[in-house]
Amino acid sequence: MAQGIRNLLGLRELSLDEIVEILDTARSFREVLERPIKKVPTLQGTTVVNLFFESSTRTRISFELAERRLSADVVNFAASGSSVSKGETLKDTARNIEAMKTDVTVIRHSSTGAPHFLSRFLKSPVINAGDGINEHPTQGLLDMYTIREKFGELKGLNVCIVGDITHSRVARSNIFGLTKSGANVAVCGPKTLIPDYLQQLGVRVFYDIDAAIQWADVLNVLRIQMEREAGGDFPSIREYRLYWGINRSRLERIKKPVVIMHPGPINRGVELDADIADGDTSLILDQVTNGVAVRMAVLFLTGVKPS
Amino acid sequence: MKIYLKNARVVDLSGRLDGLFNILIVDGRIQEIGTSLGGNPVNYEINLQGKFVVPGLFDMHTHLREPGQEYKEDIASGIAAAANGGFTGIAAMPNTDPVVDSADVVKYVLDRAKQSGLVDLHQIASITEGRKGERLSEMKDLAEAGAAAFSDDGSAVTNSQVMRRALEYSSMLDKVIIQHCEDPELTKSGSSNESADTIKYGLKTQHRLAEELILMRDLKLVEAFGGKYHATHVSTSESVSVVADAKKRGLPITCDVTPHHLFLDDSILSGYDSDYKVNPPLRTKSDCEALVEGLKSGVIDAIASDHAPHAIHEKEVEFDAAPFGMIGLETTVGAVMTKLYHERKMDIHQIVRLLSANPRKILELPIPVFELGAKAEFTIIDPDYEWTVNPDEFKSKSRNTGFKGWKFKGSAVGIINEDKFFFSDRLK
Repeated sequence: MAQGIRNLLGLRELSLDEIVEILDTARSFREVLERPIKKVPTLQGTTVVNLFFESSTRTRISFELAERRLSADVVNFAASGSSVSKGETLKDTARNIEAMKTDVTVIRHSSTGAPHFLSRFLKSPVINAGDGINEHPTQGLLDMYTIREKFGELKGLNVCIVGDITHSRVARSNIFGLTKSGANVAVCGPKTLIPDYLQQLGVRVFYDIDAAIQWADVLNVLRIQMEREAGGDFPSIREYRLYWGINRSRLERIKKPVVIMHPGPINRGVELDADIADGDTSLILDQVTNGVAVRMAVLFLTGVKPS
Repeated sequence: MKIYLKNARVVDLSGRLDGLFNILIVDGRIQEIGTSLGGNPVNYEINLQGKFVVPGLFDMHTHLREPGQEYKEDIASGIAAAANGGFTGIAAMPNTDPVVDSADVVKYVLDRAKQSGLVDLHQIASITEGRKGERLSEMKDLAEAGAAAFSDDGSAVTNSQVMRRALEYSSMLDKVIIQHCEDPELTKSGSSNESADTIKYGLKTQHRLAEELILMRDLKLVEAFGGKYHATHVSTSESVSVVADAKKRGLPITCDVTPHHLFLDDSILSGYDSDYKVNPPLRTKSDCEALVEGLKSGVIDAIASDHAPHAIHEKEVEFDAAPFGMIGLETTVGAVMTKLYHERKMDIHQIVRLLSANPRKILELPIPVFELGAKAEFTIIDPDYEWTVNPDEFKSKSRNTGFKGWKFKGSAVGIINEDKFFFSDRLK
């Protein structure tokens, strides 16, 4: 029977056993999603709050679907047009909502550590749906689930994360989760988008994308944020596409299969060409489907109440 | 008013007195120091049972927030905190609202401080108008009004030409220029040190070179154009070596370090508690070690708290949104006695130089002495008093300390500043 986890703040804070428990639990919820009626009564009577201080489509809908499929009551909060624009602090916003007797808080915030901050004073569990440049743990978990589903196990696999590593919470959650699981993790991108000291997390660094593809079983390609170009972190989108963009000719040059993942939203034709994103080796839509199951597992393990 | 201190372990930097003495203070002056005196009736007689009596401590880097941000701290609460922490003198930075860049504001602050009296407040004025880094403030007029030094603390003077002029102009006035070393282009939005630890925590980082580059540039400017220069809150091992090297070459430069940079490192940021968000950011364990070595070797001249009060509601927010800074007036002595005196066996005379004589020398202020007829300006330190830091007990209006919950051995337990005194409940 599930042990439960108090909060999901990040994969840095989770043990391997806890990660495995979430992934195993997700498998049974994944089966639920294939049924004609995709709903179970697990969290009936429980109220989940989605506190989104940053815009989000995929993650927000995925969480909401996961919550509804567990029969939870759902409250959605978006920062714009709320008390936040009247200057209310994060602490007040969260505590006021909790005072209305909610049971689980899902938070996305642009500041690193915002979920950890909430967890210090909320009585109910906190689930991190992305904090600053720190972590996006459910994305990391769904990526791991997807890789495990494809290859059977994570141990010994070569997974390379490509793109803006410095500013990517997806990269960091993948790095923590995958290294704990025994996968070999590398990153690839321009030096200006890869932080120093990254090797100390047990990560290999490539600056040459062709060498990275040669090494990898899995390429997890990150979105290149257009504002990084303006910020001077690399010369141009054109140059990025030329030297780090994933396209057919690059993949055909190597004589082994490589699967392609992307956390979305994709800049088609920049970090990833359309035919690859939609091709046979792409797991991108599997990631999205698995995301609902993984979030159901996380909600179940945090939101389940002692009977 | 007569105060009689019995069995005081006098820490006399002149080396003349060493051991237990009885001190009779009459109307703020030292009347007698000896091993057997007394008999006459006095107002206060305290048997110190071997506690240290040292030249009054001095914190050369504080923020008292008045005028403008009195909800964080004001001159009265800052002075109360200073007295409680064992300081008889402090210097306040000019980044108030308005900025201390005119003689009027200097006079206002000094006048307000006089009303509190207990602790001598010295006001530092800004180097540039409005701390904008563009035009020199009216330094001579400010000095005439009583400004103790010049600093744009909170940010650096980054424009090399402005810094050159500041050094040249201030050298006429015999006032020190205190630089907060930070290249803002390198620190942009970075709220923690760039290191192997912070990479784990996903915080926005700033590189140590932001401090070191400005420091190195300034030393070249001092070499070329003169002036008296002090780098405040140095925080990296490289800064210590750079200063050591410049001192070897005979440059008239000094520097200070904060207790939090000495004793806290960036691994403490793992929980994203904004009380540990300071500027410069907490560095690595090896930086802490280098800073302690810098104190021992004399490369670092002073310990200063950078007492930076912020209201609870300002710090109780997500990490990126919180302001930089922590308070220190009431924890400096505890931290220094625990970590340097007890753990590192640093000599009490050396500690007193760092916390009293040196900062006064830098600001060209007189150093309290144990001589008959001299002004009585002492701090009483109980080296063995054990306590746990509880911010709710502070006299400061603010609570943002990185030492909360720490167990300290050693505390200031009272000050005497001429005819005024403060004895803490800890004085048993």
